[in-house]
Amino acid sequence: MLEIPRINDFAFKLANVNGTGSASANGLLMQAIFRMGIPVSGKNLFPSNIQGLPTWYEIRVNHEGHTARTSDYDLMVAMNAETYAADVREVRSGGWLVYDSSWPLNPALARTDITFIGVPYAALCNETFGESRERTLMKNIAYAGTLAALLDIDMDVVGQMLKEKFSKKPALMESNKKAIRLGYDYAKEHFSCPLPIRLQKMDANAGSILMDGNTATALGALYAGATVAAWYPITPSTSVLDAFKGLCEAHRTDKATGKRNYCILQAEDELAAVGMVIGAAWNGARAFTSTSGPGISLMNELVGLAYYAEIPVVIIDVQRVGPATGMPTRTQQGDILLTAYASHGDTKHICLYPANPAECFHFAVKAFDLAERFQTPVFMLTDLDIGMNDWVVPRLEWDDAYRPDRGHVLSRGDLEAMPKFYRYSPEDELGVAARTLPGVHEKGAFFTRGSGHNKLGGYTEVPDEYQEVMDRLARKHRAARNLVPPATIERRKGATFGVITIGGCDLAVREALGALEKRGVFADYLRVRGFPFGDEVEAFLREHDPVFVIEQNRDAQLKSLLVLETTVPKEKLRSIRAYGGFPLQAAQVIEGIESQLLRQQDAHVEERL
Amino acid sequence: MSYIKKPVARHPSLEPNALGLTVRDYEGSMSTLCAGCGHDSITAAIVRAFHELDTPPHMIAKLSGIGCSSKTPTYFVSGAHGFNSAHGRMPPIATGAAAANKDLTYIGVSGDGDSLSIGLGHMCHVIRRNVNMLYLIENNGCYGLTKGQFSASSDIGSKSKRGEPNTQPPIDPVMLALSIGATFVARSFSGDKAQLVPILKAGIRHKGFALIDIISPCVTFNDHEGSTKSYLHTRKHQLPLIATDFVPHAKEITASYPDGTATSVTMHDGSVVTLRKVAPDYDPTDRRAVQSFLHERQSSGEIPVGLLYIDQDGVEMHEGAKTVDRPLAHVPYEDLCPGSAVLAKLQDAYR
Repeated sequence: MLEIPRINDFAFKLANVNGTGSASANGLLMQAIFRMGIPVSGKNLFPSNIQGLPTWYEIRVNHEGHTARTSDYDLMVAMNAETYAADVREVRSGGWLVYDSSWPLNPALARTDITFIGVPYAALCNETFGESRERTLMKNIAYAGTLAALLDIDMDVVGQMLKEKFSKKPALMESNKKAIRLGYDYAKEHFSCPLPIRLQKMDANAGSILMDGNTATALGALYAGATVAAWYPITPSTSVLDAFKGLCEAHRTDKATGKRNYCILQAEDELAAVGMVIGAAWNGARAFTSTSGPGISLMNELVGLAYYAEIPVVIIDVQRVGPATGMPTRTQQGDILLTAYASHGDTKHICLYPANPAECFHFAVKAFDLAERFQTPVFMLTDLDIGMNDWVVPRLEWDDAYRPDRGHVLSRGDLEAMPKFYRYSPEDELGVAARTLPGVHEKGAFFTRGSGHNKLGGYTEVPDEYQEVMDRLARKHRAARNLVPPATIERRKGATFGVITIGGCDLAVREALGALEKRGVFADYLRVRGFPFGDEVEAFLREHDPVFVIEQNRDAQLKSLLVLETTVPKEKLRSIRAYGGFPLQAAQVIEGIESQLLRQQDAHVEERL
Repeated sequence: MSYIKKPVARHPSLEPNALGLTVRDYEGSMSTLCAGCGHDSITAAIVRAFHELDTPPHMIAKLSGIGCSSKTPTYFVSGAHGFNSAHGRMPPIATGAAAANKDLTYIGVSGDGDSLSIGLGHMCHVIRRNVNMLYLIENNGCYGLTKGQFSASSDIGSKSKRGEPNTQPPIDPVMLALSIGATFVARSFSGDKAQLVPILKAGIRHKGFALIDIISPCVTFNDHEGSTKSYLHTRKHQLPLIATDFVPHAKEITASYPDGTATSVTMHDGSVVTLRKVAPDYDPTDRRAVQSFLHERQSSGEIPVGLLYIDQDGVEMHEGAKTVDRPLAHVPYEDLCPGSAVLAKLQDAYR
């Protein structure tokens, strides 16, 4: 089969059994391509399990920078007998399939429209390696070697990476080198290498890093000056605290004394985790918790307390698939409404929606500033795809002139000069009153309560006094609309409709709009990055009709929130949703927009008839 | 109804403490609990304990959950920082507060509903963490604010006001705390201030978590015949095991005790707590012996009271977390942010 080479524009998928060490082989491939300067993404599609179940890894390279997920696989590495049949089916016509030819191929699964590349990995590794665990692990490294030959991965880059990775473990370095060679040499000897789909060095990643969102979030918390973190382990947010702990050990521990400028509390549940953050923040520390949807459900009670008592807490929600336990290792944007209005009674929160790990870093810092400026809970919503997958993002920059915005906190001197302090009055132009930190001054003492209180902080059951405080809280929330990160807006000449999305949908939507543009369909594009919605969101909605709202949940939660919180007539909004648990694809967006535009045209034609 | 102003009446004989403050300066607003409520006696004992310890009011953080007991922080030390939180959730909030500022004195006031039902898990874990705080359970065996339902501390056979007997076994906070490593465990009775005040003082000074389970009869819903949490029942069945004397660091120890009748424990700040044994072979520093002794006496219907167990060698939360000496809330930002150069360098590992 002759094919015109497709350079730096293809996708491949690796089918493995979890717990066999495939992650390190797949990570190696992804990193090597990144170091070759080519835009790349890697998506880990893994089961909620430790060992023995199917797991997949997808890699997409695209010289134009379109690295959203695609299920149009040019090549499959089928290393899992259990999923083999399905994996064979998924390869596009004309594509390639790499398999372990130590055993004969099941003829029933043969396809004539794809090329089978058999490498006897098990046999090769059994000959080369003695120990059984090593044999299993090295089979994976061996297929990485094969792919290096087939796709033309720079072997110098691979060699350098192994050197860095195993500099302190020479024995492991030798095995890895050997395994790579096994797969590489076998491919060179038996097949025509490279394939028409192949890589070629570029220079697109010079100022970039390869980082997952949870690490970036932890870095943000570190740089924001968070000192207390409380959490309960939950997929997919656990690595936020793992990373924070590692960073604090490295950068917040006194080398001489071993004393720590931080305290990490592993709580008994998420109720306690957010309770600890409330206690710490009340007492003047920058404090945060990290969780996922089920944890947010549990935190609802105390989030309302923090809202009503006006305590600045930061809650990271790495969203996964709900409801209930749902699919813990799959991604979704299902907590948009839950977080916007978390807790009973009238509550509204500030929410931030980063789209990639770089924004996770910057928004995490922003979350602390907003929480303290507005003395209220702030949610930062990421998701499993952003949080746990490695993304190519611009290097993170830090401004050393940054100082935390601690909001209105009275100092000892301020209190000294005051005749009397009242917690909830007077208010500033944002509707926020000054607070004091316990222990600073005799005059600063006050009684924090979740029960009805008046503007002086005293207990009340008087309707007017209660409402006065609640109305101020509403004003305060509204005042945050132009201080949250503003929406990003991309306009196209001749745009006939608008598109709005949120978070990690960004790449797929941008790719889709680019493809539509080539077909003569032009749209303006807005990505919301914060709630309450800024004036620019309101203006965009006013200017466009229809507006497609693209998100990853069943119930069109972002669309609902826009209807509830702006003046947009809901008839203007169209919904496109993908919520099966895998990251959004451009194809889904294109299909959604085109089919609805077509329906609209048909409707117009009918009207005219 | 804590907005009712308390009449200011200063008795000339009120002695000022080392800070020049009188007992009145440690009081709070007027109690809105029922007349005769055991909780009010505990409030009075807390006022006395803080006054006698010369604690600056603004260095006290008083926290509570929800319930009759949890209302009481408004009734003592109005100059302290108060936090009336959510039902059962005071332990985590106190834990976080203590994590942020190790310099304050923490007192958590809870009840049997708050601690033994909705917040039982939290209470167990605040004990395990050995948070440096005094934790009171004002235990009346019933839910007062919702009109007298049984609580998890009600004894089997104890009768409700309408005569209905409780059939479920009680959770005993003292036995529970001992089983999960508590380092200071006491039981007291709201009707016995002389006994309670020194235990409170020792609990405040204890480095780590101090639990005092205080039988505090509910005069409205649980003080009738047939209740095992009534004044009468508690008076009749209490078994004073240990009488506590607390001598703060600065004061000279003047009392002396005949050999074998007292155990003195020097606390971390140099204060000395002396436990005068009423039962001659009782050793308040032997956890296992205390557990089996209490088990035996409680099975026979007695209510052993006093500072029942003390261990000064527990690892307090901040020690375990190896935090810096100054409160985390007051560490300057410059000491917390690694800066742009570090950020640039650490990203080399992400290439």
